[in-house]
Amino acid sequence: MGAQKKGATARVSEDPEELARHPLQAILLADSFTTKFRPITLERPKVLLPLVNIPMIDYTLAWLESAGVEEVFVFCCAHSKQVIDYLESSDWPSQPNFLVTTIESHNSISAGDALRLIYERHVIHGDFVLISGDTVSNMSLTQALQEHKERRKKDANAIMTMVVKQSKPSPITQQSRLGTDELFMAINPDTKQLLCYEDKAEYSKGFISLDKTLIADNPSIVLHNDKQDCYIDICSEEVLSLFTDNFDYQHLRRHFVKGLLVDDIMGYKIFTHEIHSSYAARIDNFRSYDTISKDIIQRWTYPFVPDILCGNSAIKVERQGTYRASEVTLSRSAQIGPFTVIGQGTKIGNDTKIFHSVIGEGCTIGSNVTIEGSYIWNNVTIEDGCELRHAIVCDGVIMKSGAVLEPGVVFSFKVVVGQQFVVPAYSMVSLLQQPTQQDSDEELEYADSSSGNVELPSAKLNGDITSDLSETRHGPTSELGTGGVGYIWSIFEGGHDEEWRHSVAPITTDKLAKIMLDKDEDEELLTQDGNVLSPSGELKSDSDGNDSEDDDNEGSRDDYVSFEKEVEATFLRAVHENVKVDHAILEVNALRLSYNMASVDCAGAIFYSMMKLAVESPHSSSSELHRNAADVITTWQKLLKSFLHDIDEEIEVILKFEEICLESAKEFSPLFAQILHLLYDKDILEEDAILRWADEKEGADESDKVFVQHAEKFLQWLREAEEEED
Amino acid sequence: MDFQVVVLAGGTSKNLTPLVSKEVPKPLLPVANRPVLYYVLHQLEQSNLKDLIVVVEGKDAALLVGGWISGTFVDRLHVEIAAVPEDIGSAGAIRAISHHLTAKDILVVSGDLVSDVPPGAVAANHRRHDAVVTAMLCSVPISGPSESGSSGGKDKTKKPGRYNIIGLDPGKQFLLHIATGAEIEKDTRLQKRILRAVGEMEIRSDLMDAHMYAFKRSVLQEVLDQKDTLQSLKQDVLPYLVRSQLKSEALLNRIPQAEENGNEKVSSGNNQVMVSQILANASTPSFHDLCSVSHDGSAPIRKTHKCCAYIASSSSYCVRLNSIQAFMDINRDVTGEADHLLSNTISDQNNIVGPSTKLGTKTTVGPHCMLGEGSEMGDKCQVKRSVIGRHCRIGSHVKVVNSVVMNYVTIGDGCIIQGSVICSNVQLQERVVLKDCQVGAGFVVTAGSEYKGESLARKEK
Repeated sequence: MGAQKKGATARVSEDPEELARHPLQAILLADSFTTKFRPITLERPKVLLPLVNIPMIDYTLAWLESAGVEEVFVFCCAHSKQVIDYLESSDWPSQPNFLVTTIESHNSISAGDALRLIYERHVIHGDFVLISGDTVSNMSLTQALQEHKERRKKDANAIMTMVVKQSKPSPITQQSRLGTDELFMAINPDTKQLLCYEDKAEYSKGFISLDKTLIADNPSIVLHNDKQDCYIDICSEEVLSLFTDNFDYQHLRRHFVKGLLVDDIMGYKIFTHEIHSSYAARIDNFRSYDTISKDIIQRWTYPFVPDILCGNSAIKVERQGTYRASEVTLSRSAQIGPFTVIGQGTKIGNDTKIFHSVIGEGCTIGSNVTIEGSYIWNNVTIEDGCELRHAIVCDGVIMKSGAVLEPGVVFSFKVVVGQQFVVPAYSMVSLLQQPTQQDSDEELEYADSSSGNVELPSAKLNGDITSDLSETRHGPTSELGTGGVGYIWSIFEGGHDEEWRHSVAPITTDKLAKIMLDKDEDEELLTQDGNVLSPSGELKSDSDGNDSEDDDNEGSRDDYVSFEKEVEATFLRAVHENVKVDHAILEVNALRLSYNMASVDCAGAIFYSMMKLAVESPHSSSSELHRNAADVITTWQKLLKSFLHDIDEEIEVILKFEEICLESAKEFSPLFAQILHLLYDKDILEEDAILRWADEKEGADESDKVFVQHAEKFLQWLREAEEEED
Repeated sequence: MDFQVVVLAGGTSKNLTPLVSKEVPKPLLPVANRPVLYYVLHQLEQSNLKDLIVVVEGKDAALLVGGWISGTFVDRLHVEIAAVPEDIGSAGAIRAISHHLTAKDILVVSGDLVSDVPPGAVAANHRRHDAVVTAMLCSVPISGPSESGSSGGKDKTKKPGRYNIIGLDPGKQFLLHIATGAEIEKDTRLQKRILRAVGEMEIRSDLMDAHMYAFKRSVLQEVLDQKDTLQSLKQDVLPYLVRSQLKSEALLNRIPQAEENGNEKVSSGNNQVMVSQILANASTPSFHDLCSVSHDGSAPIRKTHKCCAYIASSSSYCVRLNSIQAFMDINRDVTGEADHLLSNTISDQNNIVGPSTKLGTKTTVGPHCMLGEGSEMGDKCQVKRSVIGRHCRIGSHVKVVNSVVMNYVTIGDGCIIQGSVICSNVQLQERVVLKDCQVGAGFVVTAGSEYKGESLARKEK
């Protein structure tokens, strides 16, 4: 690796004293703690994956060196051995003024863990650059560092400077050209302070909300949807200790940045630095792999381009952005199209066409092969007549003659495709089986990726291994045609979106048209919402307010439903396990507190559970049902009573009973009056409550009064009794 | 210019009691001895916008206002006076006079706006962008919101919030978000759709909607017809139009768009063309066009409309007279730092001290004061930063500081008036001390009384 020698010029020369004390340090996370590059990353760490035939980490290290960083701590976690071995064998240790130290961990599952571990080592003194090992950039840090330091002098709470870059997401797919989700950032245009950071935006939500205090504090806020987070952060020492203080911070953005923005007690501030002409991007998924590879080939990342980075191996740039290594065996009739890289020792047969692709070292490509927009790593054998479009093919893959890869296919190491076999679009193929347990939280998947860290016996190259791999459901032979080796991973649930969003293949026009139609429909819905306008006036409640109120109501309704379920479960447990009434009361009370419900709700819920129990116990006639109900009520009257403090709650019980009779258990409707009487006899309901209920129903619709009429006799009797008493 | 101007002059605003009364409706409230309406009409005249409809709440008020206008602006402006019922709301007022509107674009101005921003500039901006609505935004006045005024608190709910939260595009041409009234107190919710289309939105809370709008007449009338719940232009109609700017609905589609937005006519049949447009969107002139174009082809053609903003330069003066505090501020400013509003008027008495005033010996009138014609002052009086109307009789040893005294006021000897408003025909007997008071028209303050922060008015009100 020919590293840049111009580091000295780019070095920060702002404050000599301070610099003398603290050489600029960087933390390079050689683990992305995600699974987006599976299945490839099961066998090789992401930072060592070749990007235009050079491991990603070399781009990052070369940039750090040129940007004046003097000491880099490479944090290795998954496949740490491979990373350490690679770094030891590389040129980096021998660079003057550039110290690369590895820190190894086996139990970190997130960037947060990594930073906590580094904090414990006490190796960082002063400001440092935080970056992950899959970042490609050529920006100069001088200005950003200077801004950061100046801010720090004025305000000790300005602990981080984030590098951002202009990049407008596609209006249709709402993802950036790097395949990342759209990002909303609110930035104060004068101070460049970051005020709000919203990624992973829910597409369904049509609104972004800014806290009113933000607006009160900043007379002007610029809300950006057209910025890309470069994941290059200049941090002060405090950042590490913050991770230690907040041991639940895992993700750099989702937890740390948002946590700081929300927390107004400590008052830590994050600022942004926008770069305009230089390049910075992070490889987050296959799409960004594709995009960044193209950017490198088109020399946006100069000086970090193949012919300069690989110094002595002499890659030459030819016309139309074609790069060719010195020892390429190329048939005369082969066509090498624009923006293509061909690695050393690769042989290419007759009439083969290659466009917009990267071919690694030592590959053998037969005749009449078409390769378009694909990334072929080292030592790949492609036999005659194969077709590859927008695919990633890892080291040692063998494609037998006539095999076809449809767009978006990813082949992990040493997969073999059988003759004439057509691999369907977006397939992920690996020699390893898909881990069955797909953890929904990608952050916590380190355990998986380390367990997948199996060194493949070389014998597996030969087809005979297939037999012992194929013990499970399907033999790999069948999955990849005759003589094929490998498993096609099934797309797990919820991954369908990612499939095309993050694939190397461009999004098809059909898909775009479909998204647009969907979006139109969405908007129609939104439009309808937007039309709800209330008149202005004394009690002006704007439409937004209405929306949120509705949301609240909905939320509380949901809450109530789940509360009711919980109460029912508690009640049934009490019935079946003979829990004492007092304990049941305690439990229901606890539920009430945890759901923040009133005792009215408890009474309703308990009564509902009791009636449900009565209905569900076996009965053949309505008189038996009545007896069931009477039993339940007698047994559990104390429980019910303990939530009936006043008349409103008793009325609630009657209303609930009506609801039950109307909706869930119509069997009760003929028994309404009897059970009402029973409740009265048991002193659960006072006569006042019953009469009040009847009075309230007086003005209601006829349909609402059905049960009042049912109970008319009983009501009559009650009224008379009352008069007599008088 | 094919512009019709609607001046919403208001009537007897409750915010301004006891200053306004049946005899002096809000439009005729004197600011530096001229009815407040004068300032708007004068600016319109300067911008050569001479086709006016002045809408007044209440018939009696309309007669008074009409009388004054025909007396002052005869032959200079073509003015129609329209009386509308009270409490009808600004949108209601436009609805009521809708049949009078014929021009292609309508400029709606509040009659209580005291400003040196040329309305013509707003109108021109509106025309240039072919917008559906253009709102004039100005910096929030330094004197603070009206809530801090002496009448604050009492009828806060009635007052529209004077601060707005405004979203602008990076070029500060288009209005992307506006929050008024109660919304300001809440968290701001912004439509992602608009944000996505524009990419970058600046949220400003230091701008104020000055209640000067240019509307496309056809759109305004349709919106008002179809959405009869909209009551206020400021709080309902403008936010509605802003909100729906990228998804104009059926009601706006009926407008013949061909003549109005030429570059929307991108006809494309198949998906291929559509997609290539999307991919080549980088240099489309405005996000509105972009948004409408990207919907061409597959979906039924979607219309967008533009909501523009005209931002007055920060040095310009722009305040609405909608509270007593604002009334005091405006009187102070017009005689003081914003005196250019007076000096370039064509009319007669520009002098700070009127020609036929009589001042007693050792009476001093400080700078930024105004004395109307025919007023007389006794000996050893002091007037500082105050406006005194016409034909007032002021005794000796009277101090008037930071106050407004209207016409035909009699002030007895030894009175001290600070930070107060004295309406017409008021009689202050000897040695009255007033601090931060408002005295309604015709009121008599008995000798020797002292008031602080009170509102005095005749009972009959």
